[in-house]
Amino acid sequence: MRKPVSMIAAGFALVLSACGTSSNNAGASPAPAAPITIGVSLSLSGDFSGDGKALQQGYDLWAQDINAKGGLLGHQVSMKYVDDASSTQQVVTNYQRLITADKVALVFGPFSSLLTIPASTVTDRYGYAFPEPAGGGPKVFAQGLHSIFFVQPAAVEDNLVSYTKFLLSLPSDQRPKTAAYATQDDPFTQPQIDKAKSLLEAGGITTASYKVYPAEATSWDALALQVVNSKADVAILGTQEPDAVAFVKVFQQQHYNPKSIIETTGPDQGKDFADKVGAKNTEGIMVPAGWTSSAKAYGNEKFTIEFVAKYGGAFGDISADAAEAYSVGQVVEQAAKKANSIDNKALITALHSGTYQTIQGPMSFDSVGKPQGGVGVYLEQWQGGQAIFVYPSSVASAKPEYPKPNWP
Amino acid sequence: MTLVVEAAVLGILTGGVYALMASGLTLIFGVMRIINVGHGALVVLGAYLSFALFRSLHMDPFLSLLVTMPVMFLLGVVLQLVFIRPLKTDREALSVLVTYALALGIEGVLGYVFTTNFVELRAWYETASFEVLGFHITWVYVFGFALCLLILGALFLMLYRTSFGGAIRATMLNRTAAQLIGVDVDRVAAIAFGIGVATAAAGGVVFGITNAFNPGSHYDLISRLLTIIVLGGLGSLRGAVVAALIMLVTEDITQVLISPVWANFVFFVILVAILIVRPQGLYGVRVRDRI
Repeated sequence: MRKPVSMIAAGFALVLSACGTSSNNAGASPAPAAPITIGVSLSLSGDFSGDGKALQQGYDLWAQDINAKGGLLGHQVSMKYVDDASSTQQVVTNYQRLITADKVALVFGPFSSLLTIPASTVTDRYGYAFPEPAGGGPKVFAQGLHSIFFVQPAAVEDNLVSYTKFLLSLPSDQRPKTAAYATQDDPFTQPQIDKAKSLLEAGGITTASYKVYPAEATSWDALALQVVNSKADVAILGTQEPDAVAFVKVFQQQHYNPKSIIETTGPDQGKDFADKVGAKNTEGIMVPAGWTSSAKAYGNEKFTIEFVAKYGGAFGDISADAAEAYSVGQVVEQAAKKANSIDNKALITALHSGTYQTIQGPMSFDSVGKPQGGVGVYLEQWQGGQAIFVYPSSVASAKPEYPKPNWP
Repeated sequence: MTLVVEAAVLGILTGGVYALMASGLTLIFGVMRIINVGHGALVVLGAYLSFALFRSLHMDPFLSLLVTMPVMFLLGVVLQLVFIRPLKTDREALSVLVTYALALGIEGVLGYVFTTNFVELRAWYETASFEVLGFHITWVYVFGFALCLLILGALFLMLYRTSFGGAIRATMLNRTAAQLIGVDVDRVAAIAFGIGVATAAAGGVVFGITNAFNPGSHYDLISRLLTIIVLGGLGSLRGAVVAALIMLVTEDITQVLISPVWANFVFFVILVAILIVRPQGLYGVRVRDRI
């Protein structure tokens, strides 16, 4: 049977178009249904390696889900990870290589504002959309880049706002009189502490101590001693996990029992944090959190079930980093559908309008990628060996423990 | 003022730990004239060996030294035979490359076996403390300092009270002359390297209880340890101890008096000032270039 000429011509045109999309830049879409690669620089070693691994789990789970659904607009997705060793130099090299040598179709973000800032200048130069899960410091948005999208419920500087509201909502006879602050000079941690400090000072809580320490510091004992000596009612600490653990230990050693302790990162690492400080010692420690395994957000139940099935452990062990990475995939999936394209330019345009549903709740982005109109960051507290939402009451599954119990 | 005294006490106690870690490095340099850039990785390896024993057998970290120190001694001897002894020419420069490769290899293996997540050794004494004049001193630092005194004391005794120590000191002073008087310098070098690596295991235990660590922790460690032995004088055990104490006390006092941001800077100002006056370090021997 002879095939119609039009069919042959159409087939020929299809082959030609496939050959023509060699995709050496961000503006070109891969051929329909062709598999695509998404490139990510992750901190698989160095200071952020714990967080880097968690991001990888979230990205991998999303890729598995999207492929099971038939791919991203029909393109099967494979993830390519390169280790940046938590280095601001290496992360730049990695994205440069992913884009120019590996010619990945899309890029997702690394861990921390520290690495996102230099990485975003590279991805922006090549016209790539840069949805990222963990770079929300003010300096990220101060760059004014149109291609970056921070996929978390609120900008980082607002992370401790819920905590300050909680403290200031306490009856005056219970409200703390003094606060001690210590923070890394990191674009993720310091803005949170500075904003909390200004809000609490405005609310009448005196600053007993305020110290900024280098992010590359490896010994925090003398610094923690200063917080201890301030005898402040509350300790507000801008930490990553290693220093979060160190502060808790020194407080215990020195029998310092503030009425409340909050750390920006560390206590959100689930079992990993409990193992390091001892499960009994976690009681009452707080952390700002935008996601919890029990939240009734879009796709969250499916995510948590699949996560535990794939990686083991319990729902409470899932790192918020993994949820944030998974959300990046969700946002890109919806933006691609909206734009009906995986072209980076089309994705950037799509992401600047509309609201996107994620397991962290709905979110949209302003012109520099700052999340807008999200549900905000809540207050999580360790109670009975688990980190649970305690504030605001609309999402809380228990009342906040205040004052925090003394060390066992 | 109380805070400064507390910081000084803390600096002395943690300085002991660094002295322990640096002692092996300076001993190895003294005997072999090689810069063991892999020493930080060996400290981390020692910490991981104790961590493995703690995790699998719930063995107390200090008790685990009875196992890890002999193992690390043997490892050190093997490493010296395989990687260091073949270096016949330009040893100082080549040793940096070889031991750096060794460090990367150790980091890779540890990352594969233990993952790159931070871990920490746990023991009852890590947060237990006793009170002296209102200041709580933590048992782990006291035990660590005692271990440091014990091992450094044993090293001094070995160096100055045994014939093998005499052979080591002879090799440190003049390798060729030591050979001429019948010292088997290759054997001395292998054993000294083993001893240096075994002390890394001891330092690793205290480091692992007082710090969260991962396979990449050796980068920061080695930079601090090298600074200590340069200040103390390359090859001087006594110098390593004094320099470690100066470093940690200076940093801790600067942290509380001025700012944590200036802690390293102030120490390096002191380091440069001392090196201008004594380029060979506090206890180093001045070596003149051959003409």
